[in-house]
Amino acid sequence: MPQNADHVLDHFDLFRQPEYREMLANKKKNFENPVAENEVQRVVEWTKTPEYREKNFAREALTVNPAKACQPLGAVFAGVGFEGTVPFVHGSQGCVAYYRSHFSRHFKEPSSCVSSSMTEDAAVFGGLNNMIDGLANTYNLYKPKMISVSTTCMAEVIGDDLNAFIKTAKDKGSVPMDYDVPFAHTPAFVGSHITGYDNVLKGVFEHFWGGKSGTAEKLERVPNETINFIGGFDPYTVGNLREIKRLFDMMGVEYTIIADNSDVWDTPTDGTFRMFDGGTTIDETVAAVNAKATISMQEYCTEKTLKYIGEEWKHETVAFNHPIGVKATDDFLLEISRLSGKAVPEQIKLERGRLVDAMADSSAHIHGKKFAIYGDPDLCIGLAQFLMENGGEPTHILATNGSPKWAEKVQAMLAASPFGKNCHVYPLRDLWHMRSLLFTEPVDFLIGNTYGKYLERDTGTPLIRIGFPIFDRHHHHRYPVWGYQGGLNVLVWILDRIFEEIDKNTIVPAHSDFSYDIIR
Amino acid sequence: MRQIAFYGKGGIGKSTTSQNTLACLAQMGHKILIVGCDPKADSTRLILHSKAQDTILSLAAAAGSVEDLEIEDVMKVGYLDIRCVESGGPEPGVGCAGRGVITSINFLEENGAYEDVDYVSYDVLGDVVCGGFAMPIRENKAQEIYIVMSGEMMAMYAANNISKGILKYANSGGVRLGGLVCNERQTDKELELAEELARRLGTKLIHFVPRDNIVQHAELRRMTVVEYAPDSKQADEYRTLANKVHANKGNGIIPTPITMDELEDILMSFGIMKQVDESQVGLTAEQLSA
Repeated sequence: MPQNADHVLDHFDLFRQPEYREMLANKKKNFENPVAENEVQRVVEWTKTPEYREKNFAREALTVNPAKACQPLGAVFAGVGFEGTVPFVHGSQGCVAYYRSHFSRHFKEPSSCVSSSMTEDAAVFGGLNNMIDGLANTYNLYKPKMISVSTTCMAEVIGDDLNAFIKTAKDKGSVPMDYDVPFAHTPAFVGSHITGYDNVLKGVFEHFWGGKSGTAEKLERVPNETINFIGGFDPYTVGNLREIKRLFDMMGVEYTIIADNSDVWDTPTDGTFRMFDGGTTIDETVAAVNAKATISMQEYCTEKTLKYIGEEWKHETVAFNHPIGVKATDDFLLEISRLSGKAVPEQIKLERGRLVDAMADSSAHIHGKKFAIYGDPDLCIGLAQFLMENGGEPTHILATNGSPKWAEKVQAMLAASPFGKNCHVYPLRDLWHMRSLLFTEPVDFLIGNTYGKYLERDTGTPLIRIGFPIFDRHHHHRYPVWGYQGGLNVLVWILDRIFEEIDKNTIVPAHSDFSYDIIR
Repeated sequence: MRQIAFYGKGGIGKSTTSQNTLACLAQMGHKILIVGCDPKADSTRLILHSKAQDTILSLAAAAGSVEDLEIEDVMKVGYLDIRCVESGGPEPGVGCAGRGVITSINFLEENGAYEDVDYVSYDVLGDVVCGGFAMPIRENKAQEIYIVMSGEMMAMYAANNISKGILKYANSGGVRLGGLVCNERQTDKELELAEELARRLGTKLIHFVPRDNIVQHAELRRMTVVEYAPDSKQADEYRTLANKVHANKGNGIIPTPITMDELEDILMSFGIMKQVDESQVGLTAEQLSA
């Protein structure tokens, strides 16, 4: 055997040894009913054609590699943003294992979240007993300050009523009567993770402000000078929220970060395990009702929440689309300045100047390059705007969880710039559609999450990893993409990949290395 | 805005009773919205004079998803401006009709269908069979439930079952049993039985609707009796029922459902069912005569 304890081969090398190659070849020959290699190649080539693209886009009944996740993932993302809060997912354990592993792989942190362990009998008789036992266990084992309940497919199909269940569980003594258990119905088969985020935030506000499901007085709003800040489902939440706090503190703005999960997903290693860390406190959440305005960095993550806050509580609401770059950050900071009455300080203006300088230094390399972008609806907008600011040309923009209305808005935004006029927006499409686009209308770079690496492998389009999830590169979530400093980070990520490609294309000695330069 | 719901065993005349009652309420000047929660989608045909309305779920399936629908696509306006929607659902034997009810009601609420109406009425299939069919009795939905029943044992059994469903939600929310509506089947001692069941459930018999063939005549023309023959005696009955429902606001109760044994006892005490001779249970006619 090639493997032995004195010299352990990892899987890169181990499975390339003759024994394994032979075994895999035999497996293919004897058990996989293989077709001839030339036939495989013929089909591969066919999938690259415009003819195949047409068939691919006519596809109705099948989704291949959707660029989205399900509502409860967003529910957990929002839930952990409150101080000492355990997200409680009413459903089966496997669902929760998925949310936890997904976040742990992206943030490289443990992600605490519980399920009500629904099994077949709960599906038949309803999950009430699971709710009663689950809430009691969660409360007694983890001593959380709050439990944020959401649902899954199973609980939604059988029609479990969270409001009634939680009240009954309290009657049965699972948690104290006045203990905070905000809830939201988040069926996984409707919408996407951004819908789940929205539903949970709305549920939290309805709970604390709207009278705790009829068990307390509805709050009376006494407007003050604070501004509520909602980040939305953001892959860079750790870096971004810290950057936002820095900017607001510099400006002297009074603010409340809603669902602040920047600490719980970046706990220090110092000998103490922190199941909870940081987060928006209950007092802050209650007091947030009095804010003069609520702003959201991601319009499509907070559609229902902002509507509720605006209509029911008369906050001025402002929504951005994951603002990245100079213009987007200008708009954001000026809006904060208008709302708060605080001027943008000189120090931040210097940061702006530095970003503009950096963009000017490098613009020759981004200018005229074509990009395909996929991801969440707001992030797509933010990235496209930043690319156009640098003279880059977005060519395909795709969001599986983007609506046709979103697409109209983005298309109008693109039409307003000479760099966007050849771009097409694809709502409700998946990564297999993107594959056809990349073959038939090639671009220079693809921007997307880790799953884009398969598109890079198939189409040869270099991938710039920006989005959620990023599993195969570490720690990018600790860097902001918002603010002028954040813009600088995105600029560097894009440039690094551009230069790597140039190097790769010029590295062959005596063939192309006359351009293999020290200076780029 | 007042929200009510009609529940009852399949085929009991729930849709006929509810549409006639609501047509009367519309005649009294109320603005009505009917939400049909029955996969067979017949809760609005008498108001709309149509065979069957396009349902939210069938339109959603055609459009791709519920989010692609607009409220105007699903809401039709019928007799006396009564607004009608049908949630619809799958063909018999497949899918999940209960989920359909949840999806539809969420859609209606989110898209403002409940604005500017005096009455929302849900017409709900059969017994409470899963959480989905209990959607209309969740908190902030129907405040009062009216159970349509008759003197037949299975109709009474269903009425009792629905009361169990209401009880489950009544303690945590605001739903109450408004009362029973007996749709006459001309079974023995029907009125007395209905009153007794109402008493045992802790509620009252709101109205006893006598059987009248004019209902069939109206139905064949896809009309309510109160529109087809407003001066008929039966139309008066429905007007009485509507007045009673209207006056019943806030009088709902938390029901006290009974056991199957107690239900049988009621039937026995009225002489409908003979005292069971346990020694004869399970014996064939031949064995009994031997």
